[in-house]
Amino acid sequence: MPNLKDLKNRIESVKSTRKITKAMQMVAAAKLRRAQEAAEMSRPYAERFTAVMAGLASAAAGSDSAPKLLSGTGSDQTHLLVVMTSERGLCGGFNTNIAKLARAKATELQAAGKTVKILTVGKKGRDQLKRDFGNMFVGHVDMTEVKRMSYADAQGVAKDVLGRFDAGEYDVATIFFSKFQNVVTQIPTAQQIIPFAIPEDYEGSDTLYDYEPDEEAILADLLPRGVATAIFSGLLENGASEQGARMSAMDNATRNAGDMIDKLTIEFNRSRQAVITNELIEIISGAEAL
Amino acid sequence: MQFDLVSPERSLASMDATAVQIPGADGDMTVMADHAPTITTLRPGVLKVEAGNDTHEYVVTGGFAEIGAQGVSVLAERAVAKGDMTQDQLDAMFDEVQDVYNRAKDAAQGDTGPVDDAAKLLADMAAMGSEIGLSTKQPSL
Repeated sequence: MPNLKDLKNRIESVKSTRKITKAMQMVAAAKLRRAQEAAEMSRPYAERFTAVMAGLASAAAGSDSAPKLLSGTGSDQTHLLVVMTSERGLCGGFNTNIAKLARAKATELQAAGKTVKILTVGKKGRDQLKRDFGNMFVGHVDMTEVKRMSYADAQGVAKDVLGRFDAGEYDVATIFFSKFQNVVTQIPTAQQIIPFAIPEDYEGSDTLYDYEPDEEAILADLLPRGVATAIFSGLLENGASEQGARMSAMDNATRNAGDMIDKLTIEFNRSRQAVITNELIEIISGAEAL
Repeated sequence: MQFDLVSPERSLASMDATAVQIPGADGDMTVMADHAPTITTLRPGVLKVEAGNDTHEYVVTGGFAEIGAQGVSVLAERAVAKGDMTQDQLDAMFDEVQDVYNRAKDAAQGDTGPVDDAAKLLADMAAMGSEIGLSTKQPSL
């Protein structure tokens, strides 16, 4: 039986753990609200942008002069996986789920005889994939210094991704991130960004537009921006998902700590009573012996 | 006519406008109600919106404007109210474009298309600077 002092220390330590997880949960809740707002505010731009691009792309698809970002390089031998995760841990299965999806995709591509290259954004994903796929890493983007995700950050990543495409380093690029559904559900998602894929739910609009300059020039101008837009949406979804995941993970941790404290307290009280009973027995039997 | 100005990070303006002057890639165009549906890319420049008796001005770079039956939506990669534009911001934007130009020039092999495009971007940027009353550095071509 553990002695009383040990139990007491144990209870104290679990109590301070509970304080920390509780604080982290509240911080995550506050950050979540901001992250969610940011994700929502970016939506009108992304939606409009995708709609116009889809319209242009479906018109230009199939033509020989279509830009490479739309028609592809004509091969799908080399894949670039852009794995976007958080910089910090303690957020439940958030990073693990993204890494798992990326790992499955990488394994599948390898089995099909493709070459896989991985670009990581955020430290945690890098750490998780390093052991199995370390030799495929082609780059890493550090977001530790980023307090609030801005479009410029996404542009930085997009520049890297597009630069590699122009240099012919890969044929197909896919981003991995977690889509924010609600605080308990985040859906790890893979989205192909190069070549541009027309969304499945896109329905052609019946408005006939004049294009100025011509359609091709607009498309060539918009496609690289589309990559940045997709990455930006991914990063923002990730930001909200991370905070949501952290909030529920910390909520669980706080509850578990509470349960543990209850259990330990009962054990502590029992031991204390046992000690008292023992002492009484000693006194009584001492008195009887006289 | 409904007018919306959105940047990737947020929506900057949404109002009922009588006329919108858009700095299109091929030249300025003024849009009023019942304009033909048009999509145009933007050059760095000043977007003027007339709503009632007020005129709002925004500095926009990169992106496009969609003119439809419902109104005008301008999707600009960067958009700032003209009054909020600072010399530092302009300098940063200018340096960025200069950088694009330098890289296009280095990468160009016979095909001068991208270089010319970047040069136009630089010239537009300088013109925009003088229009809003801030000075840009001399473009080095």
